[in-house]
Formats: sequence, C-alpha cells, structure tokens
Amino acid sequence: MDRQKLQRIGVTAASSVAAVLFALVICGIILLLTGRSPSHVYQTMWDAAGERRIQYDAIQRATPLMFAGCAVALGFKMNLFNIGVEGQYRIAALVTAIVGTRIGFLPAPLHVAVELAVACVCGAAWAGIAAFLKVRRGVNEVIATIMLNAIAISLAAWLFNTYFRYTQGNSQNVTTRPIPRSGWMPDIVKDQLNGFFIVALLVVFAYWIVVFKSRFGFRLRASGHNDVAAKTSGISSKRMIVTALLLSGAVAGFIGMQQTLGDSHAYSSQGFVDGIGFLGIAVALLGRNHPIGIVLSALLFGLLAASATKLGLIKVPQEIVQIIEGVIVLSVVIVNEASGRWVDKRTQQRAAHAVEHHLTQLGVTA
Amino acid sequence: MSLTQADVDLAGPPRRSAALLWSSRSSRQRILISAALTFLLLSVVREKTGAYDLTSSGTVTATLHLALPILFAGLSGLWAERVGIVNIGIEGMMILGTWGGGFGAWKYGPWVGLLFAMIGGMIGGMVHALATVRFNVDHVISGFSINLLAAGAVRYLSAVYFVGKKGAHGGVGSVSLSPPQKGTIPEITLRFITDRANASCLTKPSGLFWVECRRWFVVSDAAGIARGFLSQMSLATILGLGLVPITAWIMWRTRFGLRLRSSGEAPSAAESLGVKVLRLRYIAMAVSGAMAGLGGGYLAIVTNTQYKEGMTANRGYIGLATMIFGNWRPTGLLGGAALFSYSDALRLRNNKSIPALLLFVGLILLLFSVSAIMRQRWVTAYFTGGAALLFFVLYATVHRLSDDLTSAAPYIITLIVLASASQRLRPPAFSGRPYRPGDSH
Repeated sequence: MDRQKLQRIGVTAASSVAAVLFALVICGIILLLTGRSPSHVYQTMWDAAGERRIQYDAIQRATPLMFAGCAVALGFKMNLFNIGVEGQYRIAALVTAIVGTRIGFLPAPLHVAVELAVACVCGAAWAGIAAFLKVRRGVNEVIATIMLNAIAISLAAWLFNTYFRYTQGNSQNVTTRPIPRSGWMPDIVKDQLNGFFIVALLVVFAYWIVVFKSRFGFRLRASGHNDVAAKTSGISSKRMIVTALLLSGAVAGFIGMQQTLGDSHAYSSQGFVDGIGFLGIAVALLGRNHPIGIVLSALLFGLLAASATKLGLIKVPQEIVQIIEGVIVLSVVIVNEASGRWVDKRTQQRAAHAVEHHLTQLGVTA
Repeated sequence: MSLTQADVDLAGPPRRSAALLWSSRSSRQRILISAALTFLLLSVVREKTGAYDLTSSGTVTATLHLALPILFAGLSGLWAERVGIVNIGIEGMMILGTWGGGFGAWKYGPWVGLLFAMIGGMIGGMVHALATVRFNVDHVISGFSINLLAAGAVRYLSAVYFVGKKGAHGGVGSVSLSPPQKGTIPEITLRFITDRANASCLTKPSGLFWVECRRWFVVSDAAGIARGFLSQMSLATILGLGLVPITAWIMWRTRFGLRLRSSGEAPSAAESLGVKVLRLRYIAMAVSGAMAGLGGGYLAIVTNTQYKEGMTANRGYIGLATMIFGNWRPTGLLGGAALFSYSDALRLRNNKSIPALLLFVGLILLLFSVSAIMRQRWVTAYFTGGAALLFFVLYATVHRLSDDLTSAAPYIITLIVLASASQRLRPPAFSGRPYRPGDSH
C-alpha cells in the first residue's frame, strides 16, 4: 500500500472520529444547558456498552441499519439520493409477511429463501417507480421518493387494515396472520441475537464485491462521478440509474425482515422503528459509502441506541441519542466537505511542487 | 393585455379556437378565468350529486385551517429555493416551530407562542444556511439531517420541560404533549352578515347563512364560500394569507427581491454586478425558517391548543410538493395549498362527499386533457386523459374511500403533475447547486 493511499485512509478515519467526538461535545453542551451532567450520562452509556445483553441488543438494532446503509450507499455511488428506502422496506415487509403465510408447504431453508426473494423484488419494484419517473419523465428522484414514501405508508396501512388484519387470541397486538415456523429466521443466541446479522454481513460483503470489485461496479461509479465522460466511453447513464435504484430498492427490502421473520413473525404496523430508512442515510454518510465504514457506523448507532436504554435509571431522557445521531450526520458532512477540500488543496500543491521541481531540473526558470 | 397589429399578423387568419383565446390572455386573466370555471364546475357537481358539503361554509372554514400550515411550509420552500437553496428541512423546521409554539403559548400566551414558533423555525433555517452556504454541504443531506435533529431535539426538550408540568384546564404535559395553553388567537366573525358561527340550517338561519341554506344553484354556493371566509377567521389565518401577496410583492416588485431571485438563477452573474449573494442567502434562509416555524406554530396554537408530537405529519413535505406543483410561484402555491387542504377538509367533515369530489377532479382532468389535445401535446393528453378515466371509474364504483388511501392523495397528485408536466415546470436555475463566490468561471 503506497503512502498516499494510507494517508487518505488516515484522513477519512480521523475525520469520521472527529465528527463523532464533535457531536458528543455538542450534546454535552445541550445536556449542560438543560441541567444534566454530561460526564455522568456518557459514563452510564459507556458502562452499559460493556454489558453482554446491551451488546446483543446493539447488534440487533444495527442489523437493519446495515441493510439501510447499503441501500442508500448504492444510490450514492451512482450520484442518486434514495430517500425512499423507508417506503420500499414497508411495502416489502407487508407483502413478504403475506406471501410467507401462503407458502408454508416449503421446507424451512427454501421457505425463508423465497421470502427474502419476495422482499427484494418488492423493494426493487417500489424503487422502480422512482427510476421510471426519473429516466422517462425527468422527475428528480429526491422529490419522487419522498412522495412515494408517503404513498407507500398509506398504501401499506390501507392494505393491512382492509384485507390482512388478524388478531391473535385476546392480545392487543394486531398483526397479519402469523408465518409458520418453517418461514422464521433462526436465532443465533436464543431471543437475543437473530440470524439476520449474518445475512447483513453477507449483504455488505456482496455490496463490496459488486460496487468495488466488479466491472459493473466500475461502470456504476464512473457514471456517478461524471456521466458525460462515462457516456463517451459507452456507459449508458440511464441504464445505470435504473440498475442502481433497483438494486438499492432490493437491498432496502431486507430492512424490515429481521422484525418480520425474526421477531414478530408477522407484519405489524407498530413493529418498526420510525425513520429507520432515514437513519440508513446517516449510516451511509458516516461510513462514507465504504462497506467497513457502513458496518462500523451501523454498530455505533446500534450501540448508542441500546446503551441509551439505561439512561432512564439516572433520569435523563434517552431521546438525547436522537440528538447525537442528528448532530453526527451534520458534523460528518461538514467535516467531510472540509477535509475533502483540504486533501484537494494538498494534492494541488504537491502537483505544483512536482512540476516546479521537474522544471528546475530541466533548467527552465519560471 | 392588448394585441398589436404584428401579433395579429403573426397569428394568421383569425381562428376562434378556445386554445388561442386562452393563450392570448394575461396571466392574471387566466387565474381569474380558472377560478371562475372551478367554482362553476363545483356548483354543477354540487347540484347534480347533492353533496352539499362541496361548497358549504363549514368546509371552507375547515379548508382554511388545514391550508395555512401547508401554505406556510410552501412559502418557506419558495423563499429558500428562489435564493438557490433546496430546503428538504422544512419538516424539521416546522417541528421546531410546533414545539416553540407549544412552549411559548403555554408559558406566555398565544401571540408570544407564534413568536417562539418563528424563532424555533429560524434556528433550523440558520443551521441549514450555515451548512449549505458556509460549508457547502449538499443541500438535501443538510436538510434531511435537520429533520432528524429536530425530531430528536423536541422529544428531548419535551422530556426536560413538559413532563409533569400543569397547564390550562388541569392538563398535564408529557414527552409527546405540551401542557395546554391558556388563551387562543382571537377569531373574527362578522355576525350580522353571516349569522352565528354555530348556527344550523334547521333553526332559523339569517344573513348569508340563510342564502346558503336555500341551496340555489351558484347563488347558495357563492354564499357558502363567502360565509366561510367571513366567519371564524382567526387573526393568524389573515396574517398567513397576507404573507402570500407580501412575498409576491417583495420578490417580484422590489430591488431586494430581484437580487434575491438573481442569486437563485445565476449567482456568479449577480455577484459580478455587486449583489452580496451569500448575505442574501442567509437572510432568505432566516425568512424561510421563520415561515416554516410559523406553520408549525399555527398547528400548535390555532388548529390545536397544545403541542403534540408528530403533529406536523409530513406537512413540510406536502408544502414542498405544493411549491413544485405551483411552479415556484406564490399564486401557484396558493392554488396547490387550497387543492390539498380542500380534499382533506371534505374527507374529515363528511366522507360521503368524496365520490362527488372524484367526479369533480375527473371533470377538471378531462378539461386539461382536451386542452392538451388542442395544443397537440400528446403525452400530457394521454396522462391526464388516463387519470380522468380513472377518476370516473372510481366515481362510478366507490362509495366510501378509506382514510388511509385518501391521505395519500396529495402525494399521488403531485407525482402525476410532475410526471406529466415536469418539462414545463421551471425551478430556479441554480437551486441546490453548490456555490462559492469567485469559484465558477
């Protein structure tokens, strides 16, 4: 590994860590202003992070975030902003839960595999609407996916309320019909850690291979960087837009799966953490669209949320974590921008030096 | 607007087609004609279907209440985009506004509440300005993180300041609820013209309300709409409606407005003429944030009597949609807000009038389709015609629409508009692109 590459990795890692530290400082100030002791809060969260139960919980919370982060990062690589992850996974979760109950005759591994395939197809299909509007009608994907999110949530609520409501015994929890046991994703640690963590790692690995190591990935990134230049070398940016959005939607389909196949074994309208698709954007930004970055930042977000559950004991609202997350996103993009500019400047200076050096060696004076 | 001789020559032999009549009108005349046509069509549908709520004064009052937050959000988007900044953070700024409004109104009364709401939104706007103008962060990412931040911030603040605190009527605050506030913003009702606000057609109505209850074609419809505007008008509503012409005047009739718009269209050119683009962007973002905050404050103070978590319910995004729907113009914005809130008001008041609304929308789409055919815009004609057909089928088959589905209507309409007319929409040319002074050559 050459020196420049090492330096770039160093700058990236340092700026991400700086952003997180900056967010902690800001939140410390907010805690102080509202009369809480920041050191006490951070100490409590740190101690909680050492507990095994909290660690499992953190991984559980990080799993959907890894899917969401990958989905968003796929779009980012093609210079697309897929805000629609939220809608894509809801549609996918509902349809999968319904299909899952109808194919109970399949043996266990096949049953789960079919369910996952259905989720992918649904997520991709919902993202496909935005892709169609963008490519054929010139509608900006940000606006289109925001609208499609709202439509998806309404559509899912309507389908669920009118056709698929099912009340289990006398429980308060209204869900769809339960999925038979063969369609469940098994736990790694009983009731604490679900198998979807492994799936998430596999998906992140696949993301790495597809985007960074394959011919398709190269074309995707080239087109995202500069679609005019890519077009001149024969890469259709329209096709890349469609493929990237479809892939992004397909990965987004996985987000709701841990809840649907691993935990409640049915679709329930209250089951999902609100805004998980949006947190995925934060994960992708903090992780700089890099697979390892995505895994680490998803784990960080999971750990923050899990250890915050202990804050109730010292009478500090655990909502402080949401502020930390928001500030992390904002500071990470600001730090990225600033460090990017700094690196550019360094490169420019170095190039200028090299040219000057070369010229003096040739005996030319400026 | 009068035609010159050259215009007549260019147009060739006079053709009295509707399309030509339409295209020779000034934009003000067009707006008036469309408003009159809409009203007439509405009266016809009301008469034919017997869905009296289509033009009742109660519907108008409800529409106004629902329209104002969307209108504020749309204005917020307009101020930001006209100066060149994409504002996805309207939702977050509104959330800050609802909290500020709830807090201020609970502690110091409704007017101070509105002020606090404005300040809350403005804080969000300034964060957005700082990120996008000073640090050149991608506008969508910054706006989105403001939404994330605001949602967390208000939950935290509520937990600190609201939990267990007492308000009016013995109401107690919680993580998701502010203690109820004492007073309300005064409402104006011209009683001698419009009758009492809570009068009913069964008791002896008087004034405009008497005319409304006769159910005469066109006359009663006009009376109903007029009464809606003259009774139970909150001062905050009047203030909000007033902001639309004020915004239009500032942006299109003043030097400041010209500079503001020029920095959204061509900032380098503006800068070269001595316009202080960056300063304008900060100012416009402060206004944009204040507008969004007011929208939130209106929700917490006028439509409700306290702050509730999630009460913005994506209205920031709907506001953004209205702005696009209205082609980045104040009048269009007003039309969009009226459309979205009217359908919502009908749904909330009386679900049975929804089929009548479907018929109405179908007829309007049909008109658009016909006009598109005459102008030989086949794609638009195809889209609108198909949509019209869909609405007629819905009218014939549906008797009650699920709330879940009708709540998606604004978004679907926006997507249809974007898909069929995105070529004709004209956003500010430089909106959303990174700009640093002296950077572009």
